[in-house]
Amino acid sequence: MSPGIVQLAYIVATALFIFALHWMNAPATARRGVAAGVAAMGIAVAVTWAQPEVIHHGWIVLAIAAGFLVGVPLARVPLTAVPQRTALSHAFGGLAAGLVGTAKYYLWLSEGPENLTAFRMVAIIAEIILGYLTFTGSLLAAGKLQEVKWIPQRPVTYPLQNITNLGLFLVAVVLGVALVLHPTADWAPKIFPVIAGLALLFGVLLIIPIGGADMPTVIAILNSYAGLSAVAMGFVLDNKLLITAGALDGSSGLILAIIMCNAMNRSFANVLFGAFGQVQQAKAGGEQKLYKSETIEGAGQVLEQSSLVVIIPGYGMAVAQAQHKVRELYDLLKKRGVTVKFAIHPVAGRMPGHMNVLLAEADIPYTDLVEMDEINPDMPQVDVALVVGANDVVNPAARTDKTSPIYGMPIIAADRARTVFAIKRSKNPGFAGIDNELYFSDKTWMLFGDAKSVIGELVKQMGGTSGTH
Amino acid sequence: MTPEPIPVQSADLWSQLFVFVLATFIGLGVIRRVSRLLHTPLMSITNAISAIAVVGSIIVTGADYPPRIRLLGGIALFASMTNIVSGFLITDRMLKMFKTDRKPGAGGPA
Repeated sequence: MSPGIVQLAYIVATALFIFALHWMNAPATARRGVAAGVAAMGIAVAVTWAQPEVIHHGWIVLAIAAGFLVGVPLARVPLTAVPQRTALSHAFGGLAAGLVGTAKYYLWLSEGPENLTAFRMVAIIAEIILGYLTFTGSLLAAGKLQEVKWIPQRPVTYPLQNITNLGLFLVAVVLGVALVLHPTADWAPKIFPVIAGLALLFGVLLIIPIGGADMPTVIAILNSYAGLSAVAMGFVLDNKLLITAGALDGSSGLILAIIMCNAMNRSFANVLFGAFGQVQQAKAGGEQKLYKSETIEGAGQVLEQSSLVVIIPGYGMAVAQAQHKVRELYDLLKKRGVTVKFAIHPVAGRMPGHMNVLLAEADIPYTDLVEMDEINPDMPQVDVALVVGANDVVNPAARTDKTSPIYGMPIIAADRARTVFAIKRSKNPGFAGIDNELYFSDKTWMLFGDAKSVIGELVKQMGGTSGTH
Repeated sequence: MTPEPIPVQSADLWSQLFVFVLATFIGLGVIRRVSRLLHTPLMSITNAISAIAVVGSIIVTGADYPPRIRLLGGIALFASMTNIVSGFLITDRMLKMFKTDRKPGAGGPA
């Protein structure tokens, strides 16, 4: 296959990738985007495999088969596990970049040191640092999201944490610069693994101080890193398809991370180095405030008599797998002429868009999923705001309490609705460890219990046939 | 053995940076318009797309390199392929779930 045809195929693949992302702008065309992406990837793989320099095929077939073997089950995880699957795939992406960078360095070192130009060395160092830190960082993030037993869920902090981390990173960069200047020195092959090791360690240190509430931002940042490591690989291999596809991924992660940060009124630096939710625990438990509980019967009656109900889902809904019960409640209310909308906060859940996917899975039309900014002006007209496992995203302290760590964060104005029902598993504060004033408000009634069973009982109470799932 | 030096031409370097910057701007422009409803599927499809590292992995695995180098390539190829397969499949699986009202024509997209 002539180089011209290869380049032409890569250009077609690039265009298809751009279309794939373009079609994601609306649910109606989004599946076409997947088809375009698959086509582009197919072209890229076929053309590359057909290159004359590829002469051994056994391992390629083996690796591709293994990829299918692992990839297919990974695509069938329950949708509540999508955040950890995503983190895991960032880890795989980082690993691939790190390994190819490592392979290329040692290859050129032994078989063509003149290839190790300063520019290529910069690209290789960037590739392995980004690749390996994304690998371990994402693995740890996946472990935290999966709630693996020996991985601490709460942020882990220790004295001088940020200085230690920064110092480690600087050491890696300094060693990298030394390698760029003397890529073929006697000590170079020994320094290379040290840099890789530091990057692996740095990935872990970067993620251990991160708490669950910050996961949406962190996943987006890791997404960006995975893309950038592919870009670096493109620089190393002089392959423009890698550069463009990696850049698309990198910018996507960047935009998502910015959206997440804005939705929490925090900066990147604060998310990465702030160890959110660590300090708060000690403060809680001063004065005893009182919750008002409501019975299922009472709540059912109020809901039936409403004309506009807004359901505000949070991570608790995902944990309790309550989305299907929520859908039964939605159907029941609609049947009685009640308008039901869902208010979606950008950081509800553990990754961007998490709630939308869960509700779509439960067959709730996406036309009833409303963004925070659109629903907030209407909240005073809402008869009942039903909070299902959300906490910080409805906490009015974000508006009123300057000392609160979430002060300034945009929230869904549940407190402006006429009545609030909040379903909550226990009387403990939420993930960020912050007391929620909404629960003590005059118009708030608590429904304590597991979200799934509470809503199941509500459905039963209101005369629906609550089928078993 | 004195192989002919193949220096990376500086023109290549600049055109690579050029491509990177332009692609980033296209990415920012396109991604900004993606529906917020679809941010989770967006992340899984970009996972799959960034597994374009498969291209580099195939060369390293299949070329006439020492086995140790090719083994690293093989692991990278496995990792990329896993991302491609699971990324595209799960994106499609999620997108299939996004439906409008069962009665068509009831309200435009939010």
